[in-house]
Amino acid sequence: MLRHLLAAAGMLAVLTAITGAAYPLAVTGAAQALFPERANGSIVERDGEPVGSELLAQSFTGPGYFHPRPSAVDYDAADSGGSNLGPSSPELLDGVEERAETYREENGLAAGAEVPVDAVTASGSGLDPHISPANARIQADRVAQARGLDRAEVLELVEQATDGRALGVLGEEGVNVLKLNLALDEAAG
Amino acid sequence: MSIEGWLQFLLLVAVVLATAPPLGRYIARVYGDERTAPGDRVLLPVERAVYRICRVDPDREQHWTGYALAVLAFTAVSFGFLYALLRLQGALPLNPLDLPGVEPRIAFNTAVSFATNTNWQTYAGEAVMSPLSQMAGLGVQNFVSAAAGMAVMAAFIRGLARRGTATLGNFWVDLVRGTLRILLPMSFLMALFLVGQGTVQNFAGKTVVTTVEGAEQLIPGGAAASQIAIKQLGTNGGGFFDANSAHPFENATALGNFVETWSILVIPFALAFAFGHLVNDRRQGRAAFGIMIGVWAAMSIAAMVLESAGNPLLTALGVDQSASALQSGGSMEGKEVRFGPAASGLWAASTTGTSNGSVNAMHDSFTPLGGGTALLHMLFGEVSPGGVGVGLNGLLIMAILAVFIAGLMVGRTPEYLGKKIGATEIKLVMLYLLAMPAVVLGFSAVSAVSDGALSSLGNGGPHGLSEILYAYASTANNNGSAFGGLDSTTWWYAVTAGPAMLAGRFFLIIPVLAVAGALGRKKPAPASAGTLPTHTPLFGGMVVGVVVITAGLTFFPALALGPVVEHLSL
Repeated sequence: MLRHLLAAAGMLAVLTAITGAAYPLAVTGAAQALFPERANGSIVERDGEPVGSELLAQSFTGPGYFHPRPSAVDYDAADSGGSNLGPSSPELLDGVEERAETYREENGLAAGAEVPVDAVTASGSGLDPHISPANARIQADRVAQARGLDRAEVLELVEQATDGRALGVLGEEGVNVLKLNLALDEAAG
Repeated sequence: MSIEGWLQFLLLVAVVLATAPPLGRYIARVYGDERTAPGDRVLLPVERAVYRICRVDPDREQHWTGYALAVLAFTAVSFGFLYALLRLQGALPLNPLDLPGVEPRIAFNTAVSFATNTNWQTYAGEAVMSPLSQMAGLGVQNFVSAAAGMAVMAAFIRGLARRGTATLGNFWVDLVRGTLRILLPMSFLMALFLVGQGTVQNFAGKTVVTTVEGAEQLIPGGAAASQIAIKQLGTNGGGFFDANSAHPFENATALGNFVETWSILVIPFALAFAFGHLVNDRRQGRAAFGIMIGVWAAMSIAAMVLESAGNPLLTALGVDQSASALQSGGSMEGKEVRFGPAASGLWAASTTGTSNGSVNAMHDSFTPLGGGTALLHMLFGEVSPGGVGVGLNGLLIMAILAVFIAGLMVGRTPEYLGKKIGATEIKLVMLYLLAMPAVVLGFSAVSAVSDGALSSLGNGGPHGLSEILYAYASTANNNGSAFGGLDSTTWWYAVTAGPAMLAGRFFLIIPVLAVAGALGRKKPAPASAGTLPTHTPLFGGMVVGVVVITAGLTFFPALALGPVVEHLSL
């Protein structure tokens, strides 16, 4: 057994050097050379100042901005995760009901009107950068009104901030909230 | 489910069918007895140097006992090293955030978890693990625990294929070749692809930004892509971030998600073809592949359809879960918009069929039967297609059981690949078969009646029982995913998960090697008219029957009290 343990220690040391040091360093070198912007977190800048990552949701609460999906970690990117509430959890159902009411109020929908599911459920990461186009269309009225813009103009920006399905079939369409809100600010001058 | 949902499923099947056979042929050459494989000119000298440094004689073959001891020694040393590294990370370099040492129970749990290829995650990566711990600790185990699983598979196949020899190969050689020739090159390419999609790969700590509305946000950094590539290819699953593959910095796009799903499946499926080549009967490999993909497809479609249908309790609250041109609809709690319910269901079935614990959506928030599908898929013993190496081992054990049962029915001595299956082999098969359910049901039963364990639950009622069952199904099958509402950091769960994971790993590996040792010594009997062919759809159906009936009889009562009751109560 001692012979095996010595061989094991040697193997672990050598394989650690290869897979735990050389490999991640080689990947980092190649990644920084090929895709520096993505390797460093797809940071979005405005006027030369970083304002967030294109891939991570941040909190938006003002009526003139589109709002991201609910977050179980309060959009804290130093953390991540979902609510982990089960499908029949009373806490989940109360939370959804409350969010649906707030969403209807904020967006001028009739009491009991149907709301898009992504607008009232917490995402898996807590940092989902997207909302569904259905959700964006409902919010567009509120945003247009708050900013004094044409609804058509806002919908045009929504269209531009929409990421389609990859290869036409993979995943789902989503509207990138941060990109959309930055475009709105720009349009407003 | 939407048309696009079906199309992405079919596209995945097509890509697997196109890539698994050639990869299987290559893998067969890596583990084959001829010891010649592409890349020898570069890699042979490297391998020889490794053997020299470690004072291992690559030409010295091991009996099953020697092979098993080598696996055990390697796991023990890996556990010890990883535990020490995690405990001491506060005093070690490459710790830009000055994180303290990981607390004992979490370090114990994590060290067992990664050394056994489970990757059950009791820690939040971004908040607890230093870059050194991630790279030199967790990242390394992602490679070597996967390579160890494949090595045991290679040894098992040698036992089936060889005639009248007592040795099964050399563990150290199989470990090194699997790492350097299969996992490392594939991971490198995969990591770069992931960075192109948006996965981070840097050594910066956190970047602080001021958001558009003026709040402060910490953008995390780290060498994520290099670790995530091997986390998927090695059917590991321990996330770099707490949200695992739901985190946009791990899994940024739907295309990346699709390729990652493929990378989780391709090696386990390819190993079926490698098996066919190594036993010199490619029909056997195709039969194993057929069984694996049949069960996987059924479970995938079930999970995708169930999640796309949504949660009826939310419909009652005025929530629109229907699919349309403007939204995916479906059960979206715990899911990401870019994936939607179809790609999330497909991922859930693919990971629970492969002992890969990564999640791109929170399983705890799945619909009762959607989450139940993931749970049941693990309880099948993870053979569809199973973790790298261990999945094929599990399937071949079930095939041996199937020939035994068929032999009983027609009154003939059972044979598999010409080797007579005797009492010794069947006893070892039963040991494997009973260990996992005993661990899952035993620990779950105790947890269900002890106050300490119950206070860790995130959800009450039948869903609470599902959380407990899922925790032990996941650890005892070395899967690693979780119903995350359960607080796995408490003493009870952190500590009991340890023996569950060890049992899951070694009650497979040791019986498998013992069976291989026993079969390797036997001379094959010539096939006769009475021999049961093991490459036909009929036999494939029998193996699926054995898998489903064994799991069904064992777990149906428990599942009825968890997911099924919850579904009926909606």
